Amino acid sequence: MKDILDELEARREEARAGGGEKRIAAQHSKGKLTARERIDLLLDEGSFEEFDMFKTHRCTDFGMQASKPRGDGVVTGWGTVNGRMVYVFSQDFTVFGGSLSETHAEKICKVMDMAMQNGAPVIGINDSGGARIQEGVASLAGYAEVFQRNIMASGVVPQISVIMGPCAGGAVYSPAMTDFIFMVKDSSYMFVTGPDVVKTVTNEQVTAEELGGASTHTRKSSVADGAFEDDVEAMSEVRRLVDFLPLSNREKPPVRPFFDDPDRIEDSLDTLIPDNANAPYDMKELIVKLADEGDFYEIQEEFAKNILTGFIRLEGTTVGVVANQPMVLAGCLDIDSSRKAARFVRFCDAFEIPILTLVDVPGFLPGTAQEYGGVIKHGAKLLFAYGEATVPKVTVITRKAYGGAYDVMASKHLRGDLNYAWPTAEIAVMGAKGASEIIHRSDAGDAEKLAAHTRDYEDRFANPFVAAERGFIDEVIMPHSTRKRVCRAFASLRGKKLQNPWKKHDNIPL
Amino acid sequence: MFKKILIANRGEIACRVIKTARKMGIRTVAIYSDADRHALHVRMADEAVHIGPAPANQSYIVIDKVMEAIRATGAEAVHPGYGFLSENAKFAEALEAEGVAFIGPPVGAIEAMGDKITSKKIAQEADVSTVPGYMGLIADADEAVKISGEIGYPVMIKASAGGGGKGMRIASDDDEAREGFQSSKNEAASSFGDDRIFIEKFVTQPRHIEIQVLCDSHGNGIYLGERECSIQRRNQKVVEEAPSPFLDEETRKAMGEQAVALAQAVDYASAGTVEFIVDGDRNFYFLEMNTRLQVEHPVTELITGVDLVEQMIRVAAGEKLSLTQEDVKLTGWAVENRLYAEDPYRGFLPSIGRLTRYRPPMEQAAGPLQETGKWQGDAPAGDVAIRNDTGVFEGGEISMYYDPMIAKLCTWAPSRAEAIEAMRNALDAFEVEGIGHNLPFLAAVMDHPVFIAGEMTTAFIEEQFPDGFEGVTPDEATVQKLAAVAAHMKMLKEERAAQISGAMANHRRRVEPDWVAFIGREAIPVHIEHDGDGTRVRLLDGTEFEVKSDWRLGDSVFRGQVGGERMIVKTEFIRGGARLRYRGADMKVAVRTPRQAELQAMMPVKLPPDTSRLLLCPMPGLVVKLAVETGQEVQEGQALCTIEAMKMENILRAERKGVVARINAGEGDSLAVDDVIMEFE
Repeated sequence: MKDILDELEARREEARAGGGEKRIAAQHSKGKLTARERIDLLLDEGSFEEFDMFKTHRCTDFGMQASKPRGDGVVTGWGTVNGRMVYVFSQDFTVFGGSLSETHAEKICKVMDMAMQNGAPVIGINDSGGARIQEGVASLAGYAEVFQRNIMASGVVPQISVIMGPCAGGAVYSPAMTDFIFMVKDSSYMFVTGPDVVKTVTNEQVTAEELGGASTHTRKSSVADGAFEDDVEAMSEVRRLVDFLPLSNREKPPVRPFFDDPDRIEDSLDTLIPDNANAPYDMKELIVKLADEGDFYEIQEEFAKNILTGFIRLEGTTVGVVANQPMVLAGCLDIDSSRKAARFVRFCDAFEIPILTLVDVPGFLPGTAQEYGGVIKHGAKLLFAYGEATVPKVTVITRKAYGGAYDVMASKHLRGDLNYAWPTAEIAVMGAKGASEIIHRSDAGDAEKLAAHTRDYEDRFANPFVAAERGFIDEVIMPHSTRKRVCRAFASLRGKKLQNPWKKHDNIPL
Repeated sequence: MFKKILIANRGEIACRVIKTARKMGIRTVAIYSDADRHALHVRMADEAVHIGPAPANQSYIVIDKVMEAIRATGAEAVHPGYGFLSENAKFAEALEAEGVAFIGPPVGAIEAMGDKITSKKIAQEADVSTVPGYMGLIADADEAVKISGEIGYPVMIKASAGGGGKGMRIASDDDEAREGFQSSKNEAASSFGDDRIFIEKFVTQPRHIEIQVLCDSHGNGIYLGERECSIQRRNQKVVEEAPSPFLDEETRKAMGEQAVALAQAVDYASAGTVEFIVDGDRNFYFLEMNTRLQVEHPVTELITGVDLVEQMIRVAAGEKLSLTQEDVKLTGWAVENRLYAEDPYRGFLPSIGRLTRYRPPMEQAAGPLQETGKWQGDAPAGDVAIRNDTGVFEGGEISMYYDPMIAKLCTWAPSRAEAIEAMRNALDAFEVEGIGHNLPFLAAVMDHPVFIAGEMTTAFIEEQFPDGFEGVTPDEATVQKLAAVAAHMKMLKEERAAQISGAMANHRRRVEPDWVAFIGREAIPVHIEHDGDGTRVRLLDGTEFEVKSDWRLGDSVFRGQVGGERMIVKTEFIRGGARLRYRGADMKVAVRTPRQAELQAMMPVKLPPDTSRLLLCPMPGLVVKLAVETGQEVQEGQALCTIEAMKMENILRAERKGVVARINAGEGDSLAVDDVIMEFE
């Protein structure tokens, strides 16, 4: 009996050794941790339950049968993050460069199937050279099996991808379909075709880092939602994110004990809006002062900075925040900001996370670049996302809410549940000057008359009361009591039930 | 007594005067510029009058505008505060002409003390000790050398109209005297349009000690002890205290009596300050007289129990002093720290912007000022006094137009050591965010051995911080205590995290007791155990700290006992750990599991990328202003240019210190994203 038990232990040791000491050392020398070390950091101590530790590939071509490392280049299983279950797969670069074989894919599919069935998020740690070429089409089939599961799991359980090494070719499309992609600076990259192919086909000279590093994907392409300094920080920040998310679409967002008074008054918000209507201010200050304990988990911080998206907690539970940022491009909507916010709103709606929208928007960005780029359809994405969302929606207009952008930003007309405005709000078709110039075209040459018209327009429309008279604004609130009002608003919406008409699926303007 | 007074000033001093006036039942009128529309002094006053645009030379110091405000409101008297019109004889005359009382000395006294040469002459005639020197005008360099020799080297060659170090030279031999005379003269001519020069003895190991005098218009005069103001940066006072740790009773008396004699020689009637320079042997020499309320007057109030503003108002109303010299007792010790909106890490560059957080320590009344019932405001009583004279508030804006001093934090205690300790704690509790400020620098001064020993001279900052201020490195014992605080915070954080809803029943996360605190470059293994309402933190070497505090997650200040010692630490969770600020040290602390710690050791150390060479346009927009020129040296945070986009003005700032090598854009240019605006060397 003892021998048999020892045999298990020996086999486990072999599996845990991955690609062996030398390859592990090589991995470490690149500033990267191994698949198992990463899992250690991601999950609660001692909570990892591994599956398929002894699984090996079945390939016999090109002499592959001679090397059959246990586990086949990916570590899979489940564990807990602060006691809540998550499924995880972590590719092992020390085994065949983390390449994906048919069996490697089977292991990933197994945990994804379990996650769907049992209602728990999937966290994928990607560190792979790509398809296992020796297996040919079997490997491609493996990718597609994973893709199909990403698609089916979308909107059912949260899926988080962490890119912690190379991720190229077909491999990129699995993370691409998950809810969040995070990267590690300087040690990860993602692209469909690498620098060599780029050079051959387009003659462009580009490094892997420039083509698909963390900076590229967080600032330029928006493929990634965030980037971290190193593996340790990445795993601890993913834990922090998991604490905001429900385990599946069958559950409410999590609640934690909190020590921040929901009635907390912030007098400084009464002076947040500058005297000069064209002066910017930092909308992040409002978010941080509203949030429990000032904790804001920002998503896509480096991209389309004219809109802010991310998670906060109010009374201990998660709320998604979308906010125009007057510091950048005056907080206008454009192609990038609309896409960024639309995706975030849809994530929140899919997982029953209430949405708080903070509005200071002068309109859509004009210009040929925008029109040629299709701002009409991209802007419509955000409009569509807000309109279809059935989660509790609370909106606060702090300053400008002009034109079509007013409609888009979770207005009353898009089934906003509670729409508040600060006394500084201006809800109008456009700014006073532009409006007067159109209405009083006959006075176009007369600067004095036009100025008088502008003042009249300001007096009449540069306030929240015209909208409030019509009930488009439920209440005009004092800035200093915004936290209290918003907390109470969401509290009143805890029982909200709203269903969209049955459809196979909608046809959002992609 | 007056029914209504106008305060011809702004900021903390306007607020300070309003407090006393209110206590005396006098109504107050504030004046304000465009930039001060929402300022604290405007909110506090009974009435407020707008007097013009933001720059002081178009508002606060325009006599006509102030006079209009007086007429419009019917104020019977004016308190000028300090700076602005406070020592302007023309203003005092204008008031006299309209029959409005000036809460300050008579015009003649202002004029007599306003000129350095005249005031020195009057001082000599009144038998006030002056620095040996030659008062007459000096014709040429030869005469300068001759006079220098007679006085005895080292000598100081000074412009008569000088100030702020301009037109000032020190010479220790004939050659230097010759050279110094010429350069002083040139500099004086170009800076002040007045090239009169005088020479006096250069005082070694100089300390700046000043006497507070108080005189009425009936010929009575007293002195209220001294203030030690030696800690200055570029002639700007930073830390003051009363009494001076350097004076003995005999010197104090001599200085005080001479100060009163001088005041009476010019028929002084109000509060005034006679500044002396005191050398290492306690020889003191008259420097100048300030014919107004001093910034640092609170330290005198705290040790004497006299409200100086009240006394000024009473004197201006013609009352006789109710105090005699025998009534003046100096009790305990008071220290003042000036909080400046200046970033000590960036060469003390003024910092402007929104005060996103401003939470001064809770005021507390104690000492003579409380005992005499003269404490301004309604602070609760305590064992030590904490007083914060301020003109700003959370959510307020620090503008570029005025003095960068935003508050004067004062403490009083029975002894100097206790007053300093109270100041350290008060600084630790003071929260200021949104702008750069000198709180860490002040904390460093309070912990400096030279200051603690009371041995500072006016060269203190130059000598002790020759390379500027680079933050405080805490000693080993402090690091250990901070590690214990971080461990305590981490334990509360992780225990709360484990209470999240949705955890697997019966499989909750257990928070382990063993952790490693990373602080600075040190890794300190800690064992943390909950113990009632606190935690017990044990270090590897067996040192144990009991941490007791009512700190809760989200609190920005930790107040508690660490190993039996009181600690106040500013706390903030940041990515990868926590930021702790204590006694001028600003540290990132990460508390990790042993496994995390082990793996962290394998992580590469990353240097910040070099992005300093280019300034890229962050958005499509129009260049409306270029604030720098080619070849100019810029400090981190300095405004470089303004881009207008979507009708909004965005100021682009330097990410670090550097020199502008090239500017590629001009004002009025339209730029696209990532266009290079300027390049740095």
